[in-house]
Amino acid sequence: MEILVCVKRVPDTAENEFELNSDGNDLDRDDLVYSVNEWDNYAVEEAIQIVDDKGGNVTVVTVGDDESEEVLRREMAMGANNGVLLSDDAFEGADGKGIAGILKAEIESGKYDLILTGAQADEGAGQVGGMLAAMLDLPYASLVNKIEVIDDSKISVGREIEGGNQEMNEIELPCVLSIQTGINEPRYVGIRGIRKVASVEIPVKGASDLGVDPAVVGADGAKTKRVDYFVPELGDGAEMLEGSTEEIIEKLIEKLKAKGGL
Amino acid sequence: MADIFAYVPHKVGVVEDIAYEYPDAAAKIDTGAAVTAIVTGTGADLDKACETLTGYYKEVIKVDQAELSYPNAEIIRKVLVNIVPAGAIVLAPHDTFGMDLAPGLSVKMDAGYAADIVDIEGTDGSDLKLVRQELGGAVSTHVTCDSSSGAVLTIRPGAFTPAEDASAGGSVTDKSGDAGDLSSKRTFVEVVEAEVGDVDITKSDVLVSIGRGIEDEENIEVAQELADAMGAVVSCSRPIVDAKWLEKSRQVGTSGQTVKPKVYLAMGISGSFQHMGGVKGNPFIVAVNKNAKAPIFQVADVGIVEDILDFMPELTEAIEDL
Ligand SMILES: Cc1cc2nc3c(=O)[nH]c(=O)nc-3n(C[C@H](O)[C@H](O)[C@H](O)COP(=O)(O)OP(=O)(O)OC[C@H]3O[C@@H](n4cnc5c(N)ncnc54)[C@H](O)[C@@H]3O)c2cc1C
Ligand SMILES: Nc1ncnc2c1ncn2[C@@H]1O[C@H](COP(=O)(O)O)[C@@H](O)[C@H]1O
Repeated sequence: MEILVCVKRVPDTAENEFELNSDGNDLDRDDLVYSVNEWDNYAVEEAIQIVDDKGGNVTVVTVGDDESEEVLRREMAMGANNGVLLSDDAFEGADGKGIAGILKAEIESGKYDLILTGAQADEGAGQVGGMLAAMLDLPYASLVNKIEVIDDSKISVGREIEGGNQEMNEIELPCVLSIQTGINEPRYVGIRGIRKVASVEIPVKGASDLGVDPAVVGADGAKTKRVDYFVPELGDGAEMLEGSTEEIIEKLIEKLKAKGGL
Repeated sequence: MADIFAYVPHKVGVVEDIAYEYPDAAAKIDTGAAVTAIVTGTGADLDKACETLTGYYKEVIKVDQAELSYPNAEIIRKVLVNIVPAGAIVLAPHDTFGMDLAPGLSVKMDAGYAADIVDIEGTDGSDLKLVRQELGGAVSTHVTCDSSSGAVLTIRPGAFTPAEDASAGGSVTDKSGDAGDLSSKRTFVEVVEAEVGDVDITKSDVLVSIGRGIEDEENIEVAQELADAMGAVVSCSRPIVDAKWLEKSRQVGTSGQTVKPKVYLAMGISGSFQHMGGVKGNPFIVAVNKNAKAPIFQVADVGIVEDILDFMPELTEAIEDL
């Protein structure tokens, strides 16, 4: 099975405290720690497991800048066979459809049985997979938390739905799936694994290589545009308990008693 | 402004809460907009859903087909492309169904798309002025979405004010005949219900809930000791279940359990909407987080900036000494 997995380099929410820049139109990105989007690691792990079982290749692809190459290398250290970086100044300002349009061009230059994305990335949209499927006219299932290959032409997939229930479907290949966390346990990537793939050639493709029109997939084609970032004042916010840990605990215990917590 | 169509999911005829929230969202796009509810399904369940909706919408479109008895987003997408006029604005919920349906729908309608909308600030020409969040709620953003050739928006459940007045006296239009081709390369098989775990977190008045801040499986003991001292039960956020450190039945959130405790201690939980979506009944929320900017502090009653691994044992000791 030939599997393509779309991955994205994102600011790591566990490692960063986000600040806005002085203009308020972007995050202060100078000291941000980036990593692979959490969901994408599950997608790559799933692809590797399928290929280990059924044969084939896993290709990882990202639309990003030069620095995005590091996430491709990380996923190749996990076990992906190939990486492709789609990068062009003209891609800057692309919205979800722009990203999907760029990925579509790359997908059509190959032959894939299965295309995986993460369920969502840093912007919390969860859009690229569904858009890609519609553009390619392929069947789609989102939030997939189980995959079983039935034969060369169909697979069984479980979708996570509300309340922890699982919706089982049969879906024809080729198809696009967005992968939900928890579907597997992504393998650990050590520094040694990264070193092994450090010198592997990763092709870089721009708009003309892909045959996409920057006026469509870039900022000019974007119907959805981010205007600014801000930190909302939601209600009153929490009453922050301050002082030494002892003092805080004393105050907290009083409150817990009053509210029935003790 | 364009006409607005709101897709309403229902379970056996009981419409999802988002049905009551769409009218507020639509009014925030344009107070004068005509909003039409669209509901699909079959038979008596569908009619029951329609009856509810006529209380809140002047116009309700129903599509009754046997193939729609289970909401397969792949099929519903095709139906909506046939039913919704070009250039319209379509609202769908930002939940596991809407995420399945809406991005592809926007492609097939050749319309703009914006996901997980938490607020709407009107329009500027054909641009919709929207508010959303990024990075698990750590920051908010204003976005514009060009609706000149239509737009599809997914609305965060619970973000808009539900309508209470059920006196719209609307009418139902049957468009079952316009549904079109209902074939799909994705076939629904069955729903597998979540497993019941050893503890029922929904029954406890006090929850000590742990998130990724617990850092290590071994540290769960520290939370269990606190819970024991308080006579509480340990629940958790999703990453703890994904890591297989606790059973799925302990997970609070939209894809886990809905809990209604009196007191909810969020320990090392950032406060994503999918997590908080499972915390109902307005409990007293205490958040302990080492990041003073964690979004959980916007929804908690009491906030403490501390390392939970130091704080929990000290709190346990103080409670045991009472
Ligand atoms: C369709 C869908 C459904 C989902 N359903 C659910 C659901 O049902 N339930 C759910 O919980 N999530 C759900 N999620 C995931 C959700 O989006 C978040 O990713 C998740 O809730 C984050 O969990 P967390 O707060 O524990 O982790 P993080 O967001 O990583 O937050 C960890 C927090 O701990 C703090 N911290 C770290 N170390 C310490 C320490 N030593 N002391 C104190 N604080 C510390 C950090 O500052 C941070 O704020 C769902 C996602 C999707 C896409
Ligand atoms: N720039 C990108 N390059 C490659 N894949 C992407 C990119 N942006 C999003 N994706 C894919 O789409 C998924 C969902 O992201 P989003 O739709 O942005 O929430 C991610 O998990 C990736 O698999």
